Amino acid sequence: MQKPVPKINVNDLTMAYGDFVIQRDLTFEIATGDIFIIMGGSGCGKSTLLRHLVGLKAPAKGRVLYGDTSFWETSPGEQEKIMRSIGITYQSGALWSSLTLAENVSLPLKEFSRFSDAQIRELVFLKLSLVGLAGFEDFYPSEISGGMQKRAALARAMALDPEILFFDEPSAGLDPVSARRLDDLILELRDSLGATVVIVTHELASIFAIGNNSVFLDPETRTMIATGNPNTLLAECQHPTVRSFLTRGEAEVNI
Amino acid sequence: MTDNLATTDEPHGLKATVVNLDTLLVELYGSWQINDDRQPAGNILQTVQEKADLRKIEFDTRKMGAWNSGLLTFLLNIHSYCTEHNIEMIRKGLPQGVERILSLALAVPEKKDARGDVKKTPLLEKVGAWTLDYVRTSAEMLSFIGEVCVACLKMFKGSARFRMSDLMLFIQQCGAQALPIVTLISLLVGLILAFVGAVQLQMFGAQIYVANLVALAMAREMGAMMTGIIMAGRTGAAFAAQLGTMQVNEEIDAFKTMGINPVEFLVLPRMLALVLMMPLLCLYADLMGIIGGAVVSIGMLDISAVEYYNQTKSSLNLAHFGVGVFKSAVFGVLVSVAGCLRGMQCGRSSSAVGDAATSAVVTGIIFIIVSDAVMTVIFTIIGI
Repeated sequence: MQKPVPKINVNDLTMAYGDFVIQRDLTFEIATGDIFIIMGGSGCGKSTLLRHLVGLKAPAKGRVLYGDTSFWETSPGEQEKIMRSIGITYQSGALWSSLTLAENVSLPLKEFSRFSDAQIRELVFLKLSLVGLAGFEDFYPSEISGGMQKRAALARAMALDPEILFFDEPSAGLDPVSARRLDDLILELRDSLGATVVIVTHELASIFAIGNNSVFLDPETRTMIATGNPNTLLAECQHPTVRSFLTRGEAEVNI
Repeated sequence: MTDNLATTDEPHGLKATVVNLDTLLVELYGSWQINDDRQPAGNILQTVQEKADLRKIEFDTRKMGAWNSGLLTFLLNIHSYCTEHNIEMIRKGLPQGVERILSLALAVPEKKDARGDVKKTPLLEKVGAWTLDYVRTSAEMLSFIGEVCVACLKMFKGSARFRMSDLMLFIQQCGAQALPIVTLISLLVGLILAFVGAVQLQMFGAQIYVANLVALAMAREMGAMMTGIIMAGRTGAAFAAQLGTMQVNEEIDAFKTMGINPVEFLVLPRMLALVLMMPLLCLYADLMGIIGGAVVSIGMLDISAVEYYNQTKSSLNLAHFGVGVFKSAVFGVLVSVAGCLRGMQCGRSSSAVGDAATSAVVTGIIFIIVSDAVMTVIFTIIGI
């Protein structure tokens, strides 16, 4: 790849809604090709952290660096360029409800590429096939199941071949087999496209199967209490909250 | 020493007996369901404690029948009373299921600071908060209007990005589909104007001037204003609800992170559609109002159709229509800005969508009336 290496660097980030601090002092790095897991108990600010990373919410303090560029201190043009290099699958799918699946996937292509209509049609077919939705081009989001909506959202996120893919709870609401398939798909995308993947999840199976780096947010102390490969954390981390999370609360029995 | 309490209401209830001076034996019998009414546990315990210094509570449930959450809430009450008064609650005598569920409920202690404390804010503080809130919303409104202006400029330069098919859909929705209600309302407004005018003008024998009254009022004022208000209620609310729901579903976030400007893509076609359709609807409303006036004049005032037509024609010129059409275009901008603004500001819950729709209508109507007053004064001063 001749493009600059995408790497996210979170530096001393504090997130807050008004006076209410969600998380403070977050510092971690996401390297190229990582499958980075943001984990933690419910309500600890995982999704909020994601919103900070993708540029939807400005940090109360600290910086989010894409490569050498600090997202919140750079020009709007530069921001747009960064945003265009990322793809996001939202928690609820967030497909545009007034557009068909094909239109959902093709909209970013039409906006940001100079492909002909025939090329776009082929690309849409490819992306929908990748997520197992070939043939559903003319369906509206409300006409397909929740799991299918999630996969269609992934197809849309992949439309522009992003360098970084973000997932907000990808396997929530999916049956175990579909969740497993989604994991395989994420791994495949990382390996074949060289994408960097950031996932917000608390699905332990996925965390151990695909994650190679992670950050653990603690709702009690409102900061990160662990970072590193989830499997290493499971083996080595002594923090009781992390242990109990990674072992579904059975840590006490194992020690 | 024994003490019997609350034993009267068969077939369910409890019998509390003090044994060994400091132990209360509670016998539960009959059914313990949620809707069986009984004395609160606290009261019972208090009555007992006035007479004996309790240290322990034991239970006997051998005669108890069916139970559900009603029993559990009762026991939880006893438990909290016990912790408060340092009494030991011995749960041995309870059925196994009850004991297990109770342990489950007590496993995680109540989080004291999680409940929002209701605190009374003094009036001055409230006024301050309102003011700050007002400043904040005004700033939001200004920045939204700024974004809309930028998007409009981009549109004139031909570089705004939105879908033609969306624009056509909105044109259909706020144009053709609004015709029935605009017909009904403006016909009736013309009718009302004619009635009000007729009563006064008949006293002078000048009922022919009903035609002038209706024609001028409709063309300059009522046609534009009534369509404006109809569209605020019909289309402004719809815009707010559509955009609000998209906000709730994170669809607007998806636009932003895709690098697509939601103001261009969502707001611009809606605004354009309304601004294009409002003048047409206004002209249509003018015509309907004049027909309404004609119905009254011909039917009640013995004015012939030709007379009415000629009188109307002589009283109107293009400037009158121009004033109305201009106003309606302004109302179109205002209604769509109000609707889209409230939609984009919408919070992330279903009730927020309702609030956004309500607020869009209110804001739209206020905008219409205020701007109408300003424009009417200006037109009068410059003599159009």
